[in-house]
Amino acid sequence: MRQFRNMAMPYIVWMVVMIVLPMLLIMLYAFTDQGNDVATIRFTLENFTRFFSDKVFMSVLKRSLYIAVVTTVICIFLGYPIAYVIANRSEKSKMFWILLITLPTWINMLVRTYAWMGILQDEGIINWLLGFLGIGPITMIHTTFAVVLGMVYNFVPFMILQIYTALTKMDKSFLEAASDLGANKVQSFLRVTLPLSLPGVISGITLVFLPAVSSFFIPKLLGGGQYVLIGNVIETEFLTSGDWNFGSAISLAMAVIIMISMYITKKVDNDPTANGKGE
Amino acid sequence: MEKKKTSLFSKILLGLTAVFFYVPILYIILFSFNSSRSLTKFEGFSLRWYEKMFADSTMMEAVAYTVIIAVLATIISTVVGTLTAIGLSKSRKLMRAVVEQVNNLPIMNPEIVTAIGLLMFFSALGVKKGFLTLLLAHVMFCIPYVILSVTPKLRSLDPNLADAALDLGATPMQALWKVIVPQIMPGIISGALIAFTMSFDDFVISYFVTGNGVNNISILVYTMSKRVNPSINALSTLVILLITVVLLIVNVIPIIKEKKGRKVT
Repeated sequence: MRQFRNMAMPYIVWMVVMIVLPMLLIMLYAFTDQGNDVATIRFTLENFTRFFSDKVFMSVLKRSLYIAVVTTVICIFLGYPIAYVIANRSEKSKMFWILLITLPTWINMLVRTYAWMGILQDEGIINWLLGFLGIGPITMIHTTFAVVLGMVYNFVPFMILQIYTALTKMDKSFLEAASDLGANKVQSFLRVTLPLSLPGVISGITLVFLPAVSSFFIPKLLGGGQYVLIGNVIETEFLTSGDWNFGSAISLAMAVIIMISMYITKKVDNDPTANGKGE
Repeated sequence: MEKKKTSLFSKILLGLTAVFFYVPILYIILFSFNSSRSLTKFEGFSLRWYEKMFADSTMMEAVAYTVIIAVLATIISTVVGTLTAIGLSKSRKLMRAVVEQVNNLPIMNPEIVTAIGLLMFFSALGVKKGFLTLLLAHVMFCIPYVILSVTPKLRSLDPNLADAALDLGATPMQALWKVIVPQIMPGIISGALIAFTMSFDDFVISYFVTGNGVNNISILVYTMSKRVNPSINALSTLVILLITVVLLIVNVIPIIKEKKGRKVT
């Protein structure tokens, strides 16, 4: 069987070159100043101090985190009931609804985000419907609402699927035991179902929060050119102003912030029942 | 009574969910047939945006690049990913753990971070941005998904099977091709499908690593969406159609095969 071992070797080399080296490059650029020549390299923390001491950048960072948190919270409160309802349906119906929710995720995110540009216009379909109720027109495009909506639309399937998986994996006999012991529906939900499905919620949070913090085409398309999130700053630094050192520092700071948030989320969830996740 | 109430609630919730997910998609398809430029008022059926799209060489080039890159990236990443997964399953635990960790990096990292890493890497090597960098980048982010979907199938595989084949005189190649690969085929197929759609739909990484006029559909939609251009709707409809067909083929073929298999036996 050892003869098969070598088959992994080419990819290990590729991985070091294509995955590890680029990451090291980001770190190198983040901690050095301009001058791409190896000979003139100078280590500095300037890129970071510039980022963290600039009021404009800090407000962009705050806004990005705020949007990501709001998106994540909405995805939990929207995704949980949907996942719960689907998980309690018949096998056939489950398959159908999960397919229905998975299908759009296979379709280009940019295309689906672009679709909302038309829907959210002042004279778009939503305002047309609101007109019948005598409301509006309400300006929706190029607002925070539009950006959050676009993110929820794109990312909530991940939340639903994670929670759904956790709910269907759950041992149903726990619920029977709870009701045998006299728990009513609300109690058995709060004491049994909810804690057992938390690992799904946690991995759902990871899958929503991470792309929400770093997204740059959703704010551009639905928030308009003036709506800047941290991803847009990185895009500008790399593709317009060409300050790769500063851009790398921002990306690194963002990655670290994301890692810390993930760590905190997992720490908060130190419920002993949550350990069955690895299966 | 209580049961009926909950089922009514669940029906409404599921109905709204379907509306939420599918209205934007149907909206794009509908407006791709609009006779006017408007994105908000449907003024009559027409195919003019399709004509415009097919006549537009940048759009057709983007479609061609998207398909070519997706097919190549799928083939390369499926072959390399599968071989790597098999190799890893026979490797020492420590090696496996390290490779799996590094392999997860592109999946766990924000896409934009992977994108700028590759951008700087290619430029450090002096590789010209274009088709080659786009393909390399796509292969890079597709392989981890193939490995992730093949590995569980290998884990549930009886490790003695390949040994048995070797004992019975099969060459390692035969054991691999005739014993291991057929057993893990479902994992390989789903890995290939994920790779194809990941590549076909990719925007962020492609946007950073491409250049010299090599665009894919996503990049084109992004750059064109700044102005009203209903050809984007036609292009988007084409994308939706293509992906739906691919998904249908992948889901329907096993069913047909199964039926045929039943007829034979």
